[in-house]
Amino acid sequence: MSRKEEKRKRREKMIEEQGLIHLDGVSKVYSAGAPALNGVTLHIKKGEFVFIVGDSGSGKSTLIKLLLRELTASNGKVWVMGHDVAKLPRRKIPKFRRNLGIVFQDFRLLKDRNVYENVAFAQRIIEVPTKEIRRNVPAILATVGLAGKYKAKPKQLSGGEQQRVALARALVNKPAILLADEPTGNLDPKNSWEIMMLLDEINAAGTTVVVVTHNREIVNAMQKRVITMKRGVIVSDEEEGEYIDED
Amino acid sequence: MKISTLFYTLRQGFRGIFRNKWFSLASIATITTCLFLFGVLYAVVMNFQHIVKTAQSNMSVTVFFYEDTTDARIAEIGDLIRIREEVSDVKFTSGDEAWQEVQETLFHGQAEGFPTNPLENHENYEIFLSDVAKQDSLVTWLSSIEDIRKINYSESTADALSGVNMITAYVALGLVAILLAVSVFLISNTVTIGISVRQEEINIMKYIGATDFFVRAPFVIEGMLIGAIGSTIPLVIIYYAYNKVVNYALTEFALLSNILQFLSVKEIFSVLLPVSLILGIGIGFLGSFNTVRKHLRV
Repeated sequence: MSRKEEKRKRREKMIEEQGLIHLDGVSKVYSAGAPALNGVTLHIKKGEFVFIVGDSGSGKSTLIKLLLRELTASNGKVWVMGHDVAKLPRRKIPKFRRNLGIVFQDFRLLKDRNVYENVAFAQRIIEVPTKEIRRNVPAILATVGLAGKYKAKPKQLSGGEQQRVALARALVNKPAILLADEPTGNLDPKNSWEIMMLLDEINAAGTTVVVVTHNREIVNAMQKRVITMKRGVIVSDEEEGEYIDED
Repeated sequence: MKISTLFYTLRQGFRGIFRNKWFSLASIATITTCLFLFGVLYAVVMNFQHIVKTAQSNMSVTVFFYEDTTDARIAEIGDLIRIREEVSDVKFTSGDEAWQEVQETLFHGQAEGFPTNPLENHENYEIFLSDVAKQDSLVTWLSSIEDIRKINYSESTADALSGVNMITAYVALGLVAILLAVSVFLISNTVTIGISVRQEEINIMKYIGATDFFVRAPFVIEGMLIGAIGSTIPLVIIYYAYNKVVNYALTEFALLSNILQFLSVKEIFSVLLPVSLILGIGIGFLGSFNTVRKHLRV
C-alpha cells in the first residue's frame, strides 16, 4: 500500500470514529482580550444538519474561520475530514478548502462577472474541462432555481437570488461539507425560508450542512441539531433542539 | 497546467484591464509619463555625447619635421605613431600636397609668382585621437622624438571637450537613476492601490480554494499588459517626434550644422526600444506580483 493510500485510509477511519468535523478542547485567543473560543469540543457526523447559534461575540464566526483554516487554534485540535487543519502546509490549503462549500451573509459574489461565470469560477479553479463546466453549471443553476438568469450580473439580482448563486457556487464542486455563515442574515422571511429549504434538500442529498445563524424562527421550525454558544463556550448541544435565548 | 486554464488565465488578464478601467488608465498614464521622460532624456544625452564625440574625432594633432629628416625616418615615425593607443587615424601630407591645398583654398588655384614650393619642407602627419583626454600623453611622447620640429594642438579645446563628456555621463547616469527610482515608486503605488481595491475579489477566490498561482496569474498578466501598453505609447510618440525635432534643430541652428551631428532614430531605438519595453513590462510584472502576494494570506 502506498503512503498516500495509507493516509487516505487513516483519514477515513478517523471520520468514521470521530465524525467529519471534530474539535477537541479548542481555544482561540486573539492578541488582546478574552478568548473567542474556550475549550470547545465538538463532533459533527457525516450527513448531519447542524445549526450553530449564539449572540454576537459567542465565537460562531471564529469557529467557522478555524474550520476554513483561515485561523489556527491557540490550543486544542481541529480535524476536518480527517485532516488536522493546523498541520496543513500553506500550499495544501486551497485543495483542502475545495472540500468545503462556503456561503456568507453578504453573498461575496464576483460583482463584475455574471451568474454563470461566478459559478463556473469554482470549477475553473479545480481545472474542470470547459465542456464539463458547460454541462455542470446550468444543472446546478437549475437546482437552485436560477436557470433563466445565468447572464445576469449580481447587482441585477435580489438578495435571495444572489444567495442562491452563492449556494450554486458552493455546491457545484460537490463538497462534503457546506458551511453557511448567516446565510439568511440579509434576506426577507420568504427568501430565508426558500434558502433553508434548499439547504435541507442539499443535506438530504448527502452533504453535511453547518449553518451559523441568528434566525430563531427558522432554527425552531427546522427541528435539527442545535449547538448554542455563549462567550466562546458550548452551552447546549441538542438533537432537534431549539434556539435558546442568552437571557 | 491545462491548456483551458492557461487560456482562461490569459483571458482574465485581458479582461481585468477593462474591468478596472480607471486603475488601468492611471497605471498606463504613470508608466507612459515616466518612460517618456526616460526616452527623451536618453535621446538628448545620447545625441549630446554623439555631438561631443564627433567634435573630438575632428580634433587632431599635427607634427612637422626638421628639414634634414629623411623620408625613411618620417615613414618610420609614422609607423610608430600609428601603433600608439591614443591614435585612431593618421594622415600624411607631403610638402607638395600641402602647397596644392593652400593654393586651392587660399588662392583658388591662382597662386603665381612662387617659383618653388614654399612648403617643400612641410611634410606633416595629422593625427586623430581615439580619446581627446589622451592628447597630453601623445603630445608628451611626440615631444620626445628629436626629428619633430613642431607640434600643433589645442590644449584648451581638448580639456573642455573631455570635461563636458565626463560631466554629461555623470549627470545622465544620475538623472536616469532618479527617474527610474521615481518610476518604480509611482508605478508600484498605482498598482498597489488598484489591487487593494480588489482585495475582496482575492479573498473570495481564496475561500473557494483557488491556489496562489491561480489568483495571481491574471493580475500579473494584467500588470504586464499595462506595462507593455505604457511603454509602447511613449516609444511611438518619441519615434514620430524625433525626426521632427532633429529637423527643427538643424533648420533653426543651420550655422552649427557641422557640429550638430544627430543620431538617427534607428540608432536611438536600438537601445531605447528594448530597454523601455523591459522596464515597462518588468515593472508591471514585479508591481503586480509583489502586491498580490501581500493579499494572498487568507
